[in-house]
Amino acid sequence: MIAHAIFFYTFSIIAVVSAIMVTASKNTVHSVFFLILDFISISCLFIMIGAEFLGMIMLIVYVGAVAVLFLFVVMMLNVAQQKNQWFAAKDSSKHIPIGLVISTLIFVEIIIVIGGWKYKPDLFDVNNSLSQTSLSNTHSLGQILYTDYIHVFQISGMILLVAMIGAIVLTFRQRSGVKRQSYIKQISRERAEGVEVLEVQSNKGVKIDD
Amino acid sequence: MIEIGLGHYLTLGAVIFSIGVIGIFLNRKNIIVILMSIELILLAVNINLVAFSIFLGDLAGQVFTLFILTVAAAEAAIGLAIIVVYFRNSGTIRVEEIDKLKG
Repeated sequence: MIAHAIFFYTFSIIAVVSAIMVTASKNTVHSVFFLILDFISISCLFIMIGAEFLGMIMLIVYVGAVAVLFLFVVMMLNVAQQKNQWFAAKDSSKHIPIGLVISTLIFVEIIIVIGGWKYKPDLFDVNNSLSQTSLSNTHSLGQILYTDYIHVFQISGMILLVAMIGAIVLTFRQRSGVKRQSYIKQISRERAEGVEVLEVQSNKGVKIDD
Repeated sequence: MIEIGLGHYLTLGAVIFSIGVIGIFLNRKNIIVILMSIELILLAVNINLVAFSIFLGDLAGQVFTLFILTVAAAEAAIGLAIIVVYFRNSGTIRVEEIDKLKG
């Protein structure tokens, strides 16, 4: 019981502090770092409470995809022209201390979770049906996800597809002055617009492309 | 205090939710921080759902959390794409300078 309390308070304090830092820090890159720390803390909480599958999925989806997407966008948009200049040459090493602190915290959290996995069965006693079954969390989740919730599952797949197409369509930019191969143009070429028969006068030659 | 129950997790969710809402309103920097605050709010909702699911013994909460994750990822992708397009068009993503809609 005491172990559960220690786990909960450690991770939740880290999560709350990093959530405050996400909104309060001046530097957007630092905000993204603290967002990553927040996600990792919460997913550690999920793993410790018994929702292992969701904890791992949160690690993969949020830390692996969403937060890195945020980082990419922050670095792609040149926001350095704003008041706080991030990527000026002398300031660029300011990211290193905060990055070190956050990565050390993440490391400690992972160590705690791996160490606490030994005590997980008697971490807290919830006398319900979830902990009584012999199935793992992932197994039981999959059993209802692909049977009872199959339609919602497919709709969420459609949502992801629409989001992907929407993002591509939004950011797609047709550059002018770039030579591209266009199948439609190639196939729909007629003889009349490709070939021209000329009377060539002697000693004059033919002018091309005028 | 030592006995961690459902209320502790709900409190944690409420705290993170409030921080996210405050982050939306007090933001004076760029829109990306607002998107991150929205992610925080969705995270708080996920905490609530998972805590209820574990403590009440019903797996439906975790399934819903999975779908919220999906929608959050889609929303982040679309929102960041819109931000990129807006930055390309107007050259700024500062909150005060985005007033095209005269809101």
